[in-house]
Amino acid sequence: MPFLRIQEMSHDFGGLRAVHNYNLEIGLGQIRGLIGPNGAGKTTIFNLITGIYMPTEGEILLDGKKINGLQPHQIASMGVSRTFQNLLLWRHMTVVEHVKMAHYSKISYGLFGAFFGTSKRQREEAEIEEKAYTLLEMMGIRHLSDQVVLNLPYGAQRRVEMARALATEPKILLLDEPTAGMNPEELVQIMDIIRRAHGELGLAILLIEHRMKVVMELCEIIQTLDFGQVIAEGTPKEIQNDPKVIDAYLGKERPI
Amino acid sequence: MRAWIRTSTSAFSQVPLLGWLFGALIAVALEHLVGTPLALALGLPKIPVLFGFVIMLKKPILIPSAILYVLCIYVVPIGVTTRLSISRTNRLAAELFRSPIVISVAVHLALLYAILHMWAGINDYRLLVLKLTLIAIMVTLSLNVINGYMGEFSCSHPGFMALGAYGASVFTVVLFVDDRLFGAAILPPALGPFMFPIALILGGLVASLGALAVAIPSFRTRGDYLAIISLAFMFIVKSLIENLEFVRGPRGLSGQPDWANLPTVFLWTVICVWIINNFVRCTMGKALNAVRDNEMAAEAMTVNTRRTKIVAFLFSAFWAGVAGGLFAHVLGYVNPGTFGIQKLAEVLAMVYFGGLNSVYGAVVGAVSISLLGEVLRPLEIFKWIIIPLLLILVMIFRPTGLIAFKELNVTNLVKPKQNPDEEM
Repeated sequence: MPFLRIQEMSHDFGGLRAVHNYNLEIGLGQIRGLIGPNGAGKTTIFNLITGIYMPTEGEILLDGKKINGLQPHQIASMGVSRTFQNLLLWRHMTVVEHVKMAHYSKISYGLFGAFFGTSKRQREEAEIEEKAYTLLEMMGIRHLSDQVVLNLPYGAQRRVEMARALATEPKILLLDEPTAGMNPEELVQIMDIIRRAHGELGLAILLIEHRMKVVMELCEIIQTLDFGQVIAEGTPKEIQNDPKVIDAYLGKERPI
Repeated sequence: MRAWIRTSTSAFSQVPLLGWLFGALIAVALEHLVGTPLALALGLPKIPVLFGFVIMLKKPILIPSAILYVLCIYVVPIGVTTRLSISRTNRLAAELFRSPIVISVAVHLALLYAILHMWAGINDYRLLVLKLTLIAIMVTLSLNVINGYMGEFSCSHPGFMALGAYGASVFTVVLFVDDRLFGAAILPPALGPFMFPIALILGGLVASLGALAVAIPSFRTRGDYLAIISLAFMFIVKSLIENLEFVRGPRGLSGQPDWANLPTVFLWTVICVWIINNFVRCTMGKALNAVRDNEMAAEAMTVNTRRTKIVAFLFSAFWAGVAGGLFAHVLGYVNPGTFGIQKLAEVLAMVYFGGLNSVYGAVVGAVSISLLGEVLRPLEIFKWIIIPLLLILVMIFRPTGLIAFKELNVTNLVKPKQNPDEEM
């Protein structure tokens, strides 16, 4: 039984059908890739899964339970976490505060604890902080923990976002172009982190990526999307040689 | 010369908060003892009320005497005592620091109260200014929760204050005062002071209830649009009260019993600062910052943004309401005209002058704007040129306010500033 199953999902923006009859099955411990030209609907699919948009048609099942229509924070606390294409960090907050914030749904001290600083709250905050430091250690950014994210270099910001996504203790991780704008050195590091998240935590990972090197190296199965429809699905090798994929990316060859 | 300034400022940077409080205590005690004779000897009509500024503006010829008075009573005694007692106060602070933090904080607060009490004991005008300043701190801090920490622009705080003021006033006047409108007192007035906290909390709750009218639209709108909704709310509250005959409409409600004395106002201010500071420093309170900086990311990281917004609005309105209740009882009279656009401008000025997202900023903003307002009173119309001008300058050079984005950490505040074992 796959952990996340999407059946015949479609989404319209006004008159435009952005996603058309999309299907996906992904089990724990699998890495899937999602590629396609700009505007193909990849990020829309992520937004549909995480509840930012509600699908016009179709069903999203998480661990057998239907999740379309739930609030994004409810879906997130059920174990779906993500990163964003254009780094949505909280610019005035420090690195460790980012990671602590991702534990929000697990806080149990309530408003009373928040207002009066009860000992239960101190204990819980200390626990969250310790977990946050462990995660930052794993990401190799522990030394930056008290920095405001605005001052960090781009690669470090990407790692903060990844750490934050992992701190929600997800079962499935949606990564939206995690290597965009990175230099080759940072690229190797982030790929290493993705591999570790996959290997050590046993997550299911769904990856949007433009760099073929990354997709080909990490993913077991790749879907290619064009104009909201899956035009090809298969192993990296199959996808690379699929004429439809080549058409979508480079255009049709015109007979001379 | 420059070296001398550097060494003396570095020496003063080692003075713990306790030392400053001791210095200030000695200064106000001195004023009590020799203030009047000194003022007369210097040719001043009486003790300068607000550090001599009012006298300086009224009669420029007295400027040297006023400056001399401030030097003799405040600057020199504070400077000398803090400097001389550095090692002693540091040792004492370290001693206190070893005991539970509550004790240390209580000692500091007791000293602060003693200073304020003695300073305000000189005359009634000082007392009134002090009470209104403390209330301004509460309002500014509560508005900072919305405008600073959550990053929405709320214009409804005068409305919340009005709801709190009227809620608390109706409660106390109906129950404890023989009033023409509401009839004889229901409960014996002796019970009154004990019921006063209940009146204030009730006022706060009424304000919270009103805040729902702004909190619910905040789920769907942000920024300018929410600002307009909150502005509309303020006008609605004002017109509502103006048209309610049972609280005497625009003529205002008077006869509030005189229970808002200095200890009460001080205590409520301390409680307000303590609870708000607790809230904004925990992860649940930091969720406000997450909502401000990026709402979509906050949702994706499991933060319940609706709950966060509604809590922020109700919480902030509650404290504005409590402040409003105190305000009504300090003045013994309240009318809807007070809670209009003028009040809004004043509170917003305090928030943005002092600094967003910071408890220090709220305190600094509230104190400096309220004192400036009083000090510049002799300038009459020019007061309303100078204060806005100052505000513009602050916005140019420090766009987020004087002390923005700084956490108030009580432990660091009461900590000794120097290792007591090493002599300087």
